[in-house]
Amino acid sequence: MTQPSPSPFAAPWEAQVFALVVSLREAGLFTWSEWAERLGQGIRPADAPERAADYGAWLATLEGILAERGVAGADSVAARTEAFQRAAAATPHGEPIRLENDPLYRP
Amino acid sequence: MSHDHAEHDHAHHDHVHHGSELSPVEARVRALESLLTEKGYVDPAALDALVELYETKVGPHLGARVVARAWVDPVFRSRLLTDATPAIAELGIGGRGGEHMVVVENTPETHNLVVCTLCSCYPWPVLGLPPVWYKAPPYRARAVIDPRGVLAEFGVTLPETTRITVWDSTAETRYMVLPMRPAGTEGFSEEALAPLVTRDSMIGTGLATALPIEPAEMPV
Repeated sequence: MTQPSPSPFAAPWEAQVFALVVSLREAGLFTWSEWAERLGQGIRPADAPERAADYGAWLATLEGILAERGVAGADSVAARTEAFQRAAAATPHGEPIRLENDPLYRP
Repeated sequence: MSHDHAEHDHAHHDHVHHGSELSPVEARVRALESLLTEKGYVDPAALDALVELYETKVGPHLGARVVARAWVDPVFRSRLLTDATPAIAELGIGGRGGEHMVVVENTPETHNLVVCTLCSCYPWPVLGLPPVWYKAPPYRARAVIDPRGVLAEFGVTLPETTRITVWDSTAETRYMVLPMRPAGTEGFSEEALAPLVTRDSMIGTGLATALPIEPAEMPV
């Protein structure tokens, strides 16, 4: 429980979520107080036990704020997520997964 | 701490060639990053620089320098306890997540313990990013109702006469503990003292100790 970890992130996606949140805060999309308040709400669902304030919770909180502010709606995020999954399936193992690899990609 | 984060079922496409896989959460994060980059909200190079900063540069070794300085320099210690943010800045340490830091001092009479009951507020400039347990519901809840029990789980037993004070960090005010200087370190230099200061001793879930500690505790 108290073991130090060599990286504060358990997976690369956690680091990316962290960096996105810090960048958007610095771009002025929200303050740290707003962020803490939204994160605190998000980890206390009305119908389920309290959750960890982990990077999964950060991701859900970020998606909520982006949708609400009209920056990235749930539909466009879902569509882009599917595009990345198609791109991944079409990318030979070990090569970088680029959006352009999506067979349905059009610039 | 690193349980089932990435690999869930990937039972979709059955095909002849071997493609790559993105877990649902990985694909969501890639999608957000790509949309936000297109719209000009983020810069991928800046994101990479942030990750590198928090993976390699910012961590509890910085807080340990602050503590060691306070142990050897009573005037600094007094400034640190009166107004922590500018005192910490004297060592070139500060920035995001540490705009207003407060340092609370452990004594034989009072032991301090820091928690964020709301979410995971933590003094990033001195401690880096919080450990998994700090963000989990059991610690958030029990640090307040049963601090002595929590300390026992961390292997810390205090005298019955020592009061425990619990500090609730927020986005605005983030606390760090100044642990007691271990016995037997009289005459140690600041440089010799810093490695005795663990991350947990600055959260209050541990004590600084003169016994050798694992080198991994102090990332370079």
